[in-house]
Amino acid sequence: MAELNIAERQAGDVTVLDMSGKITIGEGSVALRTAIRRLLEENKKRILLNLAGVGYIDSSGIGELVSSYTAINKDGGQLKLLNLTQKLQDLLTITKLLTVFDVYEGEAEALNSFK
Amino acid sequence: MTLETTDFSLPSHIEAVATAAAAVADFVSRNGVSEEAAFGIDMAVREAVTNAVLHGNKQDETKAVDLILKSSPDAFEIIIHDQGSGFNPNDVPDPTDEENILKTSGRGIFFMRTFMDEVHWLIRPEGGTTVRMLKRR
Repeated sequence: MAELNIAERQAGDVTVLDMSGKITIGEGSVALRTAIRRLLEENKKRILLNLAGVGYIDSSGIGELVSSYTAINKDGGQLKLLNLTQKLQDLLTITKLLTVFDVYEGEAEALNSFK
Repeated sequence: MTLETTDFSLPSHIEAVATAAAAVADFVSRNGVSEEAAFGIDMAVREAVTNAVLHGNKQDETKAVDLILKSSPDAFEIIIHDQGSGFNPNDVPDPTDEENILKTSGRGIFFMRTFMDEVHWLIRPEGGTTVRMLKRR
């Protein structure tokens, strides 16, 4: 089984990536990077990462979230985060990234925020 | 009194990170550890081994990463050696400074210091770097 599983679905003009597993150095970080690059190539620039199933992330994974955020912003898009686990929320808090990312607990609210 | 000590070596490729984390998780689990401490140790070990493989040994598979795990009634001690040329941890910028928040790397040492009670680096005279981390029970 892959370290990080990513399922893509479309909700209006927002692309939701339902992620489960680990975003850690190596396979997990690469999988996230590849998915974001592909979406940008397909001109899908409104992206919601559903992280409910991501139980673990390391500094490389956090770096990949930052890299995704800046790449999408640079391309005129928006990246938002949904359903952070408590541990991920704690990590984003101590790294001061919780103030950078737009974070939501409910999908409907997250999708509406793109409008 | 040390309850248990174990040591092992891993090759310098990135898969060593998960191997080390699994071995350390098994070690701390059989020596009794809280869930919170286990999480912190796991984070710190992954970051330390990542640094040893990438920055210390530069993924040269002829160089090993050596780990020593010690359990005592008071604490877990984790010692990780690489064969790199060393670095000054004080030269690593604070990733929480405003100008560094959006950097895509540079948080590993911050996590090690955050999740462990003590972290010390030693550049060994015979070559290589040792990081010693302590997590009190």
